[in-house]
Amino acid sequence: MAKLILSLDGMLLNEFALLKERTTIGRKPGSDILIDNLAISGEHAVVVSILNDVFLEDLDSTNGTNVNSQPIKKHFLQSGDVIELGKYRLKFIDETKLQAAQDDFEKTVILRPDMPRKPAAKTVADAAPAPRKQNQVLATGVIQVLTGAGAGKQMELTKTISTLGKPGVQVAVIARRPHGYFITHVEGAVFPSINGKLLDAQAHPLNDHDIIELAGVKMEFFFKT
Amino acid sequence: MDLVLALEVVSRSDAGTVRSHNEDAIYLNPACGLAILADGMGGYNAGEVASGMVTTQLGGELEKLLTRQAPSLPDRPAMLATEIARVNHAVYQAAQSQAQYAGMGTTLVMAVFHDNAMTVAHIGDSRLYRLRGEAFQQITRDHSLLQEQIDSGLLTPQQARLSQNKNLVTRAVGVDPQVEPEIHEHATLPGDIYLFCSDGLNDMVEDEEIGMALRMLAANLELAATQLVQMANDNGGRDNVSVILVRIKHAYPAAGKAGGWWAKLLAWFK
Repeated sequence: MAKLILSLDGMLLNEFALLKERTTIGRKPGSDILIDNLAISGEHAVVVSILNDVFLEDLDSTNGTNVNSQPIKKHFLQSGDVIELGKYRLKFIDETKLQAAQDDFEKTVILRPDMPRKPAAKTVADAAPAPRKQNQVLATGVIQVLTGAGAGKQMELTKTISTLGKPGVQVAVIARRPHGYFITHVEGAVFPSINGKLLDAQAHPLNDHDIIELAGVKMEFFFKT
Repeated sequence: MDLVLALEVVSRSDAGTVRSHNEDAIYLNPACGLAILADGMGGYNAGEVASGMVTTQLGGELEKLLTRQAPSLPDRPAMLATEIARVNHAVYQAAQSQAQYAGMGTTLVMAVFHDNAMTVAHIGDSRLYRLRGEAFQQITRDHSLLQEQIDSGLLTPQQARLSQNKNLVTRAVGVDPQVEPEIHEHATLPGDIYLFCSDGLNDMVEDEEIGMALRMLAANLELAATQLVQMANDNGGRDNVSVILVRIKHAYPAAGKAGGWWAKLLAWFK
């Protein structure tokens, strides 16, 4: 459920649930969020809901509308955003993001005029195990060239995949995955070797201080400390 | 030039790490230059039925038409439109007649490779990308609420990533008696790599990362396909993820005197 929390000088005034497609904000009687203050225009702004997204639009008000201290004309509201009208503050809170089943969230659904708000829920029997939890952030891996023309050069493995070797001759990639680094042969007549052992076509995990040999060049893999 | 020799085709389809069923389906026939990918939707396992019906029926019918000895070059866009309409009708009827299939449908992205070109048809938010040299770009435009909002200036592409209205398609196969596929012809060049994918890939992995993976692993399509699915799963794997990769190894002009001459003439004007 999405809502706006109205406050002035730090004092909580009211809370408004966003139940309608259009929620008007202004000084005019009849406004959904009525703020009786001269700095606020009769029709100051409007909050529009498009299915699960919420937008704020300034209605050419005299003093303008800010979100997180930035003046806006139209703004795509994210939970936690603070709307500023004069001295008044409206905090936008969207709890649906936290509650929505991740499962249904990613399901492709056809858009129809008569469609229900939430896509068809899956049965309990269909519930899948929770996605694998990443316990700690992976330390950055580094490659240090040990032999050949590039001896001494270091390469930090910050990207999801990094290539080693000469394209068209001998290439291996090192993939940075949530649970570690893995090296895989891509092309070339000879497979790379780790600590003297020739690899096969499968991805191979890299351990701290492994020595990789590729296209005649030796390099060391280690974790940055 | 035989299509099987001119094209390298690889595919992967994975349920992901969250969903228990895989409702994506793939159909390939490299000899006919045919590649089809569908992402099914519907309660329970109806999505699987819809995508399976579409890939099998469309694939089967198109194969027959493409391998027939036609006296003249077939009008491929019209052929695709007709067969898509036929399979749409079949899915729609099935959805109407059985309670557990009510509302089922599927996206579709497919191509027929022919004469140094490809005829592409798509419905929904499954995508076709192309890597040409270093340039990686999306070739199809999603039929989705989000894309319409971006096109009308309501959302920037960056904001679209924050939207909670993701995965709302405005067109699908099997949900209406009539369907309007988007069909285009594109010229292909040797060296091009085409990526067909369901949104399980591009929702989990940024386009930039997909492009980088393809560029780096271009020499090994099997590895590239594995890497793409792995990246999607490593980033959460919240949806089924499927990819088809097609590399144009050589030019593939039309067989026969007339076709060859015409292709050469067209090439002059390129």
